[in-house]
Amino acid sequence: MSLSESAIMDVQIPVFEFEKLSFAYPGQESEPALVGLDLEVGRGQCVCILGANGSGKSTLLKLLDGLYLPSSGTFKAFGQEITARLMEDKQFNSHFRKRVGFVFQDPDVQLFLPTVRDEIAFAPLQAGFLDKDVIEMVESTASDLGLERLLDRPPYRLSTGEKKKVAIASVVTLDPEVWLMDEPTASLDPQTQSWIIDFIIGLKEKGRTLVIATHDLEIPYVAADLCYVIGQDHRLLASGSARQVLEDQGLLLEANLIHKHRHLHNGLIHSHRHDHWR
Amino acid sequence: MAMDFVGKTLLDTTRAIEQSVFQLDLSSEDGFLQGLDPRAKVICFLLLLLLTAFSKGLWMMFSTYLLTVALAMASRIPLGFFIKRVWLFIPLFTGLIALPALFNIVTPGDSIWTLVVFNSPISFGPFEFPAYLAITQQGLTTAAMLILRVAVSVSLAILLVLTTRWMDLLRALSILKVPQVVILVTAMTYRYIHLFLRNLENMLLARKSRQFAPSAMKDQHGWISSRLGALVAKSYHLSTEVHLAMVSRGWSGTPKGLEQFHFKAKDAVSVAVAFILFSSEILFDKIY
Repeated sequence: MSLSESAIMDVQIPVFEFEKLSFAYPGQESEPALVGLDLEVGRGQCVCILGANGSGKSTLLKLLDGLYLPSSGTFKAFGQEITARLMEDKQFNSHFRKRVGFVFQDPDVQLFLPTVRDEIAFAPLQAGFLDKDVIEMVESTASDLGLERLLDRPPYRLSTGEKKKVAIASVVTLDPEVWLMDEPTASLDPQTQSWIIDFIIGLKEKGRTLVIATHDLEIPYVAADLCYVIGQDHRLLASGSARQVLEDQGLLLEANLIHKHRHLHNGLIHSHRHDHWR
Repeated sequence: MAMDFVGKTLLDTTRAIEQSVFQLDLSSEDGFLQGLDPRAKVICFLLLLLLTAFSKGLWMMFSTYLLTVALAMASRIPLGFFIKRVWLFIPLFTGLIALPALFNIVTPGDSIWTLVVFNSPISFGPFEFPAYLAITQQGLTTAAMLILRVAVSVSLAILLVLTTRWMDLLRALSILKVPQVVILVTAMTYRYIHLFLRNLENMLLARKSRQFAPSAMKDQHGWISSRLGALVAKSYHLSTEVHLAMVSRGWSGTPKGLEQFHFKAKDAVSVAVAFILFSSEILFDKIY
């Protein structure tokens, strides 16, 4: 096969594929976090994983990042089945980590170094880039994300919004082709939420593949090509385009993504389905 | 409502630790120790720590303490801050340990101050105690040696941490073949102390906000035990998550930093001076 043929094949291969994947945390086999999931993420797609708290969205992202391995079923990334042995292979692991970036929900988990500069430099240094290149990467990332004045500050002294931006900056440096984001807008003020949504749209425009776990319905509304809805029983409840999913009020109610709202209306206590994303 | 005794103690301790650990960043000051190569600094401090451990003379120990004070001044560390940080915890912990050593029942010797005289020697099971309780000269020397030894060791550790960027310190330890697991655990502990202190403070404040009357000491003890358990569980969960986040960002098992180390002439001189001090102490002890 020629190089160009191989490149075409590579484009056609889904970035991630789950086949009947189940996962249970050790010691909790009777209460699996995910059950029988079939899922596919194509190159350049923005896929939203929707589900209520505790449905297994974060676990799913950790599986996609090769941090956990399935209890049963198969998981393929870039066409290769991910196994413990493959992830332990230094060459593959390094290649995989350069291609896939993960922004954790809690920035305090992701930011463990003494200064913002160290945080942004961490991934390229670990990937073996030369110091002078890493310095350039740090400066340009900080400048792009408006973090220059924070570079020498310890992450624990930043606001939640600033921490989130630094967590994103720590992934930006390697410019991964796949982004995994766990509840990117949770616990943020409206301006930072808006900044994050603009950032996601920017990534999409650059052709990056995105998998975003969220219960903030504004994200699929503005960015998603495809949505997977995970039910509270940890099984796939539905999948479809953002429009299909967001317009199915019954589905959203069942997945606990919208809620009934009671209020006084024309002198009567009135109850109806309600969401906050439009 | 005023916070009860246990709550107030925990809150004040939390704030004191936080202030002493995180308040000041002096690693980028233009001082003597800040200018040394971190590897040279670690070797020098290791030699001085060994000197402190082996030293048997009170004067030698006192001189080493004075040396640490001089190094602090040369490194532009505010003297009041440095001395307070060393001596704040020593009376609390080492003082309590050293206290029994003062008395003739633990360290027999020449009495310099008799406190109590009993009618006859006291027997307690298999133990025989003298008919008086006194502070002995040997006891005083032993206690002073212990306190000074701890003070010098703590001073050296504080100097090293205050004058070295944390990543550089970890890298220096890594180059000097300290096991990676030790480096990683140290790094994580330092980073997350802040988070746990904040957690603990929030737990205390949450309890205070739901409390209508001061609770009994027994209940306070029970509450503390349960919160400590919760904190351990939280720390376990957090450590797992942090490790996953590190792996996700390509953690190879080796800390890497941006700045390259440069071993200069003054680093060599510093190591040589520390080595001479250490060897002369060993030699001095052998001869006398």
